Amino acid sequence: MADAAPPSKSRDLDKLLLRPGNLVGPSFEPGVQLRDDLQEYAKVLVVGAGGLGCELLKDLALSGFKNLEVIDMDRIEVTNLNRQFLFRLEDVGKPKAEVAAKRVMERVSGVNIVPHFCRIEDKDIEFYSDFNIIALGLDSIEARSYINAVACSFLEYDSDDNPREETMKPMVDGGTEGFKGHARVIVPGVTPCFECTIWLFPPQVKFPLCTLAETPRNAAHCIEYAHLIKWDEVHSGKAFDPDNPDHMKWVYDEAVKRAELFGIQGVTYSLTQGVVKNIIPAIASTNAIISAACALETLKIASGCSKTLSNYLTYNGVEGLHTKVTEFVKDKDCLVCGPGVLVELDTTVTLQKFIDMLEEHPKLLMSKASITYRGKNLYMQAPPVLEEMTRSNLSLPLYDLMDKVPKDILHVTGTINKDNKKSSGLRKLRVIFKGIDGVTDMDMAGGA
Amino acid sequence: MIRLFKVKEKQKELAENANGGVPIKKQTAGELRLHKDISELNLPKSCAISFPNGKDDLMNFEVSIRPDEGYYFGGTFLFSFQVSPIYPHEAPKVKCKTKVYHPNIDLEGNVCLNILREDWKPVLNINTIIYGLYHLFTEPNYEDPLNHDAAAVLRDNPKMFESNVRRAMAGYHVLINPTRAANRETGLIKQQWLSSWCWQAMCFI
Repeated sequence: MADAAPPSKSRDLDKLLLRPGNLVGPSFEPGVQLRDDLQEYAKVLVVGAGGLGCELLKDLALSGFKNLEVIDMDRIEVTNLNRQFLFRLEDVGKPKAEVAAKRVMERVSGVNIVPHFCRIEDKDIEFYSDFNIIALGLDSIEARSYINAVACSFLEYDSDDNPREETMKPMVDGGTEGFKGHARVIVPGVTPCFECTIWLFPPQVKFPLCTLAETPRNAAHCIEYAHLIKWDEVHSGKAFDPDNPDHMKWVYDEAVKRAELFGIQGVTYSLTQGVVKNIIPAIASTNAIISAACALETLKIASGCSKTLSNYLTYNGVEGLHTKVTEFVKDKDCLVCGPGVLVELDTTVTLQKFIDMLEEHPKLLMSKASITYRGKNLYMQAPPVLEEMTRSNLSLPLYDLMDKVPKDILHVTGTINKDNKKSSGLRKLRVIFKGIDGVTDMDMAGGA
Repeated sequence: MIRLFKVKEKQKELAENANGGVPIKKQTAGELRLHKDISELNLPKSCAISFPNGKDDLMNFEVSIRPDEGYYFGGTFLFSFQVSPIYPHEAPKVKCKTKVYHPNIDLEGNVCLNILREDWKPVLNINTIIYGLYHLFTEPNYEDPLNHDAAAVLRDNPKMFESNVRRAMAGYHVLINPTRAANRETGLIKQQWLSSWCWQAMCFI
């Protein structure tokens, strides 16, 4: 079979895509068709065009993906140039996404990369819905958490609480810190999502304010004093902007003064940036290794040419090399990727009646519920000030309060009475209104 | 999943018009957890919470504390809370909006409370923080000073500390200190200024 196929540019890729194997994914069908389909149909979004993002774009383009898009809000800085290899000195100040897309397209023929120079929050939900796989090269928990919430919002469950495969939006997440890194595969509904395992992130080191103010013992204490205490004292009301070089220089100068006062060594401009922005120096080789793992997983998810990583790879190159794959498990009650409890309602049910029903619902048994819908607080049991502001909603139909959508997600907080034990709980509900045109049809279509 | 991608691509053309349940606003996990914290608040009578941006913005709120005992009895102290989208992974940012003579609160409103920084844990909640703040007023602590001068007075002369607090509370709202901006230039002068501030407060009584 493989011999008959016309040779492609990527000989190594052909070995994966044209030949059968023993360790392949469940629906793998090797052949030229697969290779062509991969180029034609797979659309991958790369989030971040920094250290990991540059590597990811290059790796994905060389792995046969033809439809790529990249989103990044940053402009190129001089300090990026040592590792973000798509950028040159004359690019400093230009948007990372645009330059990265252009450079990869120049070097890899046939690939089309659309850059987006904006914040991830600026794009609407349809933008993300368009991609088959999202590859993340990010440096913050916030951004990961946001993309995760977006990707999980596409996930739908059938009436038996099984995730529907066609609504899954797989993500491949890479992260590096110095010589350490991770690569993970997130398939919402199948593997744990980012929120299921948020505890994996160690808490940020925060120094006690009184230590900063009274007894600084190291350079970081002096820097944080200038950043957190002195800045506000001098610039009343003006917010500190870590991306403004003048602000950073001011903090550095103040930190130097303070260090002199206490006889402390070691305050430098780069340490100041590191402490204030929480930066650990990036290592180009770590980025390359992690990105390679992520690109390979992306290819595996799309083509099925091999079973995917399940589901979290850690890499440590500090001393020798250590790498390990851990299979984390889903949090079945996860508010972001979990199925939630299915509730079917008539359109006439008032919010008060709905709250009463939660108490009787066998899967909830929740009393004193507070209800929130897409950021709108429909009813709050406490504090009194919010209870008063939301009380008038109680007599309104829930259907109206939910903007007359046929089905959607609600979140409820309250006291759960299970086995004569009371505990407080936060639950996700999948509300479906009965008798609204289209709802039943949509569900059936999903099952087929 | 390539077959699925193909199917979806074809479905997309057919279903361009039928996007019913596409979410518009995403609620972060942090917002949801905060919703739980707020709906379960159980505050003492001396503490009140308010939401300046209305009922749908829980991420920014204010708490006022009126201690019913101790040095600060009779005063009202306002705190602003700013909660991050990755709450409770990160503690809320809390500032004291009321200028106060207190060993653990500086004149910029920074608060030295361990659970707001080094000892924050995701199992803690908004209720815990408010109780922690309340505790600062019933038992100010000279061992973790942010206001060095106030801490020293509390340690060495509690009687004087008490009267300083009384004077400051009576005067803080009318206090105008024209020399303040000039004094900011050097950190060392801050302490002298603090003494003069107490003295000024006394004059206003």
